[in-house]
Amino acid sequence: MSNQFYNAAPQETRVAPPRKPARTYPANKPAQVYLFGTCVVDLFFPEAGMDAIYLLEREGIAVDFPQGQSCCGQPAYTSGYTDQAREVARSQLKLFANDWPVVVTSGSCAGMFREHYPDLFKDEPEMLAQVQNLAARTYELAEFLLHVCKVQLADHGAPLQVALHTSCSARREMNTHLHARALLGQLAQVERVEHDHESECCGFGGTFSVRMPDISGAMVADKTQSLLASGAQQVVSADCGCLLNINGAFEKQNNPLLGQHLASFLWQRTHVEQEPSL
Amino acid sequence: MNSQRIHAVDITSRNLKANARLSLKDQQLRHNMRSAMDSLISKRIISMPDEDERENLRELGNKVRASALSQLPDLLERLEANLTQQGIQVHWASTTAEANEIVLKIAQARNAKQVIKGKSMVSEEMAMNEYLTEHGIEALESDMGEYIIQLDNEKPTHIIMPAIHKNAEQVGRLFEHRLAIPYTDDVDSLIQSARSILREKFFHADIGISGVNFAVAETGTLLLVENEGNGRMSTTVPPVHIAVTGIEKVVANLQDTVPLLSLLTRSALGQGITTYVNMISAPRQPGELDGPEEVHLVLLDNGRSQAFADSELRQTLNCIRCGACMNHCPVYTRIGGQAYGTVYPGPIGKIISPHLLGLENTPDHPSASSLCGACGEVCPVKIPIPALLRRLREENVKPPQQPGQVMDGQGSRYSSKERLLWKGWQYFNSLPWLYKTGTFMATRFGGLTPKNLGPWTQNHSAPKPATRSLHELAKQHLEKKS
Repeated sequence: MSNQFYNAAPQETRVAPPRKPARTYPANKPAQVYLFGTCVVDLFFPEAGMDAIYLLEREGIAVDFPQGQSCCGQPAYTSGYTDQAREVARSQLKLFANDWPVVVTSGSCAGMFREHYPDLFKDEPEMLAQVQNLAARTYELAEFLLHVCKVQLADHGAPLQVALHTSCSARREMNTHLHARALLGQLAQVERVEHDHESECCGFGGTFSVRMPDISGAMVADKTQSLLASGAQQVVSADCGCLLNINGAFEKQNNPLLGQHLASFLWQRTHVEQEPSL
Repeated sequence: MNSQRIHAVDITSRNLKANARLSLKDQQLRHNMRSAMDSLISKRIISMPDEDERENLRELGNKVRASALSQLPDLLERLEANLTQQGIQVHWASTTAEANEIVLKIAQARNAKQVIKGKSMVSEEMAMNEYLTEHGIEALESDMGEYIIQLDNEKPTHIIMPAIHKNAEQVGRLFEHRLAIPYTDDVDSLIQSARSILREKFFHADIGISGVNFAVAETGTLLLVENEGNGRMSTTVPPVHIAVTGIEKVVANLQDTVPLLSLLTRSALGQGITTYVNMISAPRQPGELDGPEEVHLVLLDNGRSQAFADSELRQTLNCIRCGACMNHCPVYTRIGGQAYGTVYPGPIGKIISPHLLGLENTPDHPSASSLCGACGEVCPVKIPIPALLRRLREENVKPPQQPGQVMDGQGSRYSSKERLLWKGWQYFNSLPWLYKTGTFMATRFGGLTPKNLGPWTQNHSAPKPATRSLHELAKQHLEKKS
C-alpha cells in the first residue's frame, strides 16, 4: 500500500449529516418580501416572475425586486467552476440586506441558496453567517404561497387536466412537488393527472444538456412522450430550467403541448379583472 | 467465438460519449434495461416500505461504514493477524498487476490448470480471466449472469446482475449458438442446462476464486452473500480458495455486518436476505471432511488509498456494492452498463473509476450526470454521490499537474478557453450594468438568435428571449405602484 494511505488522518472521516427535521414556517405572513426571479425567468419567462409578484401582492405582501440580481451561480457550481460560482453568489448576497423572506421562482435556485451557498462559503466564517441567515429565509414560491401565505385559491377557469413536472433538485431539496400538488389541489376545476415515470429527471441538468446532448436528448424525449401520453391538456412546472428543456423539445417535435410556470398558471386560473368602480 | 455479439457497444473503448451514442440507439437494450430497472426499483421499496425505518437503517449503515473507514489501517492489520492465525494467507497488492501475479503464483505452485470463479467485481477490475488465460489457465465464471456474458465475450453490465441487459430470448440464442443446446426461451430450462455444465466444472477445478462482501477484522471472517450456491461451491469444492477484495471492505466486528447485510440485499434486489450467506474463517481443519486445503485473501488497493486520503472523496469507499444507484439512475437505465467502458458502471462507477483509472482515462464520467440526485437518495450507506460528482468536475477542470494534486489525471478537461468563458460569465452575473446591457441586447435582438445552437438545437428549438426582461417589467410595475 502507498504511504498516502497511512498518512491520511483517520479523524477526517465524514459521517452523513443527520436528516433535517421538517421545515417550520412563521405563523404570520410578512409585510414585505424580496423576489429572486432567476436568470432563466428573467430572459425567457418574465411573465412568470410578474405573475409571482401579482400572486404575492394579492396576499397583501409588498414585493421588492432588487435590480442587481442575476443568477444564483448554479451553472458554474455544477460545472466545477466553484470560484466563479462563489463570486457570483457573493454579488447576490449583498442584495438581500434586510431581514425579509426571499421568494424564488425556481426550486433549484432556492435549493442553491439553502443547500449549496453554505458549502461555497465554508471557509469564510463571516460570510457563512450571512449565508446561513439567507438560507433560513429563502422560500420557493409554491412553498411560500402554501405554508407562509396559507393561500386559499378560488378557481375561475374551465375544467382542465394538467400534468405537473417537478425539477429533481426542487423535489429533493425543497419538496416542491408536494407544495405544487397541494396548490393545484385547491383549484376546483383542475385535475392533476399522473404521467409515466413522473419523478424521473427531464434530462436538463444545466450544462449536462449541452455536454451530453445524446443522453440528455434521450431523457427529454422520454419525458415529453410520457407527458403527451398522460392526456394532460397542459403541463405545469415550478422550475424554468426544466421548462426551457421540455418546451424546447416540444417545439422541436412540433408538438402543441407546452409547459407553463406554476405562477402563471395559478394567476390565470384565479385572477378576476376587477369591475371598474363607478 | 466473437462473431455473434448481440450488443452494439464496443466494450474496448472507454469513450463514454461515443459508447452512449451507440447504446442509445439499441432499442432492445433500452427496453430490457428499463423493464429490469423498474422492477428492481419497486422490489427495493416493497422490501423497505416504512420510510422512518428505512432512513434510520441508512443512517446506521453510513455510521458503520464511516466508523470502519476511520480505523481502516488498524482494522486491516487486525484482519490480517486474525486470518493468519486461523490459517488463511493474506496478500497485499497495490496494483491489479500485483494482484494478478499473486494469484498466478498460487496457481502455479499447485500446477493449476482450471479455475472456477464465484462472482467478483475485484477480479473484473484485475481482468483476471484474461490474465490467467494468457498464462495457460482456464478461468470459468460460475455465477449465471457472469457465465452468460463470458460466453458472449462481454463485460458485466451491472455489478450485481451482470447480464441484466439480455432477455431470455437473447440468452436462448446464445446458448443455442455456443453450447449447441436446442433453442428455448424458458428461463428455468436455460438455467438447468448451464447448471449441469457448471456442476462438472466444479469437481475438476484446481482453484476456486471468490470476492468478499465484508471482511470482519475482529473474528477474521470473510463474509460472502449469493443466491445461486455457486459461491459456496467455488469456495468449498476446489482444493484451493482465493478470495480477492478491495481494502475498503473491512468492518470492525460481526455485529457491524448485520445492518450492512440488511441494507445490501434489500437495496440490491429487494431481498430480506440472500439464499446463501457464507462465512469463511479458516481452511479445512484436521478431521474435517470438506473445505479447501488452502485459503488465500488478496487485498487490493488500486487507487482506493487516493480516495481515502481526501475526507470528502473518502466517502466513495463507503460503498457496499449493492447497485441501487444504478437501478435508479436515469442515465444508466438508458445507456446500460457497458457504455461506461469501466468495470463499475452507473453513479458509483462515475465516482470510483476516476480513482482506479485516473481522471485522464475517465474524463467524461463525472459530467455524464444531470445531478438529479436519485442515486444519493437510495444509497444504503448515504454516499453523497451528486456532491462527489460535482467535486470530480472541479478536479477535472483545474489546471493539470499543480502541486497539492489530490487525484491522478487532475485537469483532464482543463481548457483555458472554457475557463475564460466562465470568468466572463462571472463578470456578466456579478456586474449589474453588464448584466443589464446583456439582457437588454438579448431582449431587443432576440429575433436574431441563430437557428443552430450546436448541441442544444440537437434536441430543442432555439430558445427565444422575451421582448422585455423581468428586470424591466418588475421595475415598471413597482414604480407605477409607488
